[in-house]
Amino acid sequence: MLSQKGILRISVILGVLFWSLLLIIDMLTLFSTSNNIAFGLPDYVSKILLSLFVLSLLLFYRFNIGKAESVNFVDMLWRVFVTGLLATIVSLGIEFLFTIFGSNKFATNPLIVNFFYHIILGLVLAFLVSSFIVWKRLILYQKSKSLLSAWQIYEYALMATLAFDLFGSERTDPIFIGVYVVLLIIGLVLSFNLKWIAYLNFKQKWKSILFIVLVIIYLWYFFKTLMFFSERTTLVRDLLESSFSLSLFSFILLYSCISVLVILFNLPTTSVFEKKLEEAVNFQRLSQSIPAGESEEKVYEILLDSAASAVYSDAAWLEIDDEKEGVHITLTHNLDKSKIPEIKKATKSSTFKKILNSDFDRNPKSQKLSAKIKDIQFSSILLYPVSVKNEKIGSLALLKEVDDGFNKEMIDIIDTFVNQASISIENFRLLNEAIKTERYKEELNIATKVQNSLLPDKIEQNTAYNIVAFTRAADEVGGDYYDTYNLDENRTVLIIGDVSGKGTSAAFHMAQMKGVFQSLVQLDLNPKEFMVHANSALSRCLEKTSFITVSYFIIDKESKKVSFARAGHCPTLHYNAEKKETRYFKNKGLGLGILRNSNFHKYVQVNEFGYNAGDIIILYTDGITEACNGQKEQFGYDRLQTSLIKHATSKPESIQEGIINDLYEFCGNKSLGDDYTLLIVKFN
Amino acid sequence: MIDIKTNTENGMLELAISGEVDASSSIHLDNALNEALSVHKKILVDLSGLDYISSAGLGVFMSYLQQLEKENIQLVVFGMKEKVFEVFQILGLDQLLTITDTKVAALVKIENA
Repeated sequence: MLSQKGILRISVILGVLFWSLLLIIDMLTLFSTSNNIAFGLPDYVSKILLSLFVLSLLLFYRFNIGKAESVNFVDMLWRVFVTGLLATIVSLGIEFLFTIFGSNKFATNPLIVNFFYHIILGLVLAFLVSSFIVWKRLILYQKSKSLLSAWQIYEYALMATLAFDLFGSERTDPIFIGVYVVLLIIGLVLSFNLKWIAYLNFKQKWKSILFIVLVIIYLWYFFKTLMFFSERTTLVRDLLESSFSLSLFSFILLYSCISVLVILFNLPTTSVFEKKLEEAVNFQRLSQSIPAGESEEKVYEILLDSAASAVYSDAAWLEIDDEKEGVHITLTHNLDKSKIPEIKKATKSSTFKKILNSDFDRNPKSQKLSAKIKDIQFSSILLYPVSVKNEKIGSLALLKEVDDGFNKEMIDIIDTFVNQASISIENFRLLNEAIKTERYKEELNIATKVQNSLLPDKIEQNTAYNIVAFTRAADEVGGDYYDTYNLDENRTVLIIGDVSGKGTSAAFHMAQMKGVFQSLVQLDLNPKEFMVHANSALSRCLEKTSFITVSYFIIDKESKKVSFARAGHCPTLHYNAEKKETRYFKNKGLGLGILRNSNFHKYVQVNEFGYNAGDIIILYTDGITEACNGQKEQFGYDRLQTSLIKHATSKPESIQEGIINDLYEFCGNKSLGDDYTLLIVKFN
Repeated sequence: MIDIKTNTENGMLELAISGEVDASSSIHLDNALNEALSVHKKILVDLSGLDYISSAGLGVFMSYLQQLEKENIQLVVFGMKEKVFEVFQILGLDQLLTITDTKVAALVKIENA
């Protein structure tokens, strides 16, 4: 396919070529007729050339004049104006020549006259075609399907006249008149498509009127010039005898006249249209969400300005008093801030006209008021509440110097503006909140990572037993704790702990527990001494309502004995492999941090038991036994026992898996609402 | 979740706590106990309506132990369901609080003290 530039070039070349050929042939015809020499070429050859010339022009302008957009209406008219000006200047120059040599033989020589006439003919056609294309673009601005087909009919009909002209007919011929009238009627109908005018602003309208009036003047002048030539001499090619050019002439004139009239009548209402457009733009500005980092104040500024200008108010203010967000702003428009209290006072003592609507019924606090006030400067006020999430955060006041200055339409506009501003503010706040939440999440992620590092990565295995551990926190961080420590080659310490409560505070206390354990365990204390010291240390650092339950075991593989103490922690479940029996070690004990004085030692009891190969102890936190199912039944001690017996002969990994599966099956889901930990120790 | 009723009788305060005490509702329990302890010297706590108490709830009871001792306040808890008593027992709080089965027994404890 040819590029647009290529088409333009070709159409220019063709246009010049056809026009030159037309000129030469017509000159030759004229010359031969005047000298009574028979000329070989028939008449229709030059007629075809003329038509081809017109088609070249159509092609050129079709591609040269772009689509109509609301921004370039005046530019398009400007082009028509310039083309016309060029044609006018040239024809004026020619006219001037004839005036100078008026009496001269030169001026009456038909050859010379026809030569100049051809120049004018070319220029006038170019002007007509360019205007035609521009008019077409304007008419088809915001086209509908029916309009488009009407226009196509008109264009085909116009092309048909071009063909009709080939057969030549007199201006007085009834067929000629018929064709002309039909085209005139279609043209007239099409001429009422003037939507583009509505999009012109005041200044553009004046410019358009000027350009179109000039187009009309050109048309009149060209017509006059052509008539002048037509009457003065015999013309080989009279443009006024072509139905195509006459139709084009009439159509352009018709549309020009109607446009001028319509623009003229539209002038007074332009300001209203411009206002509406401005409202739309303001509305858009309000609805654009505030970019992060900018303040809400920007939205309030836009709200105040657009509201004030939308209802032509003489002054206005916007007061925002949002306690919750700590936003206090007073913005004014054509008003001194110091005058606000005075106007408020005047407003209070005036008669109100409440604007009743559904909003008013629901929320008597946020009523919209319009009132007549007895102020020195202003006579009417419109008070409008500004709310975010149904909570009043401020008010917008619009003032006018005239009585009853606010009508229903204005109130509706303010309504939309205020609502849109509220939405923007709400979105802005939500966005900020989301960013904050995101940051908290990030912090919690870090906390989770830190806490995970507090629990042993991989629990240390021992020749005396196999051990596996399983732990889950209800929140990002939890309060369950377990650890091991080798005192010497025979003795190992095992600890499990549960901090009261859950979440972040529990996690902090769990970290403290780890510190206490790691410090005390190295002193090689017996379970009771450990508990007493731990209680003493934790009493100094736990919150008033916090405590930690702990079970502390010292496993001696040489004597195959375990000595342990329980500080309020869930009783350890023991499995005797030989008897295939389970039991809970319910020795006395008291949670760490509960009794914060020297009496604590009275409540610690140390127990001891011997073990054999295959014996198991289960250490766990209350998250396991207190886990509930849908009927609010707890998993409980009995089910734990049953589950252990069921899996007791397996490897520790399988026991753990089995118990956890039984637990999940009982609860029906995997989020138990509390931290839970399970340690399986199977002795060798 | 939690429901706390107070009733003063013969200069003695009776707190009836029912429902469930978890981390969020333990605040109400804390407020009620705090208020009771600042006014009364003899307090009965009826836990017969209590279905569940979490460690946070136990922490509330625990946090007043020292004040009870220091200010010589008598607080007797009675009527606990077995499940609830078990929780107190495992933690060892049964050794520090005065707990009875019935209100009658609780009254006797307070009268005798």
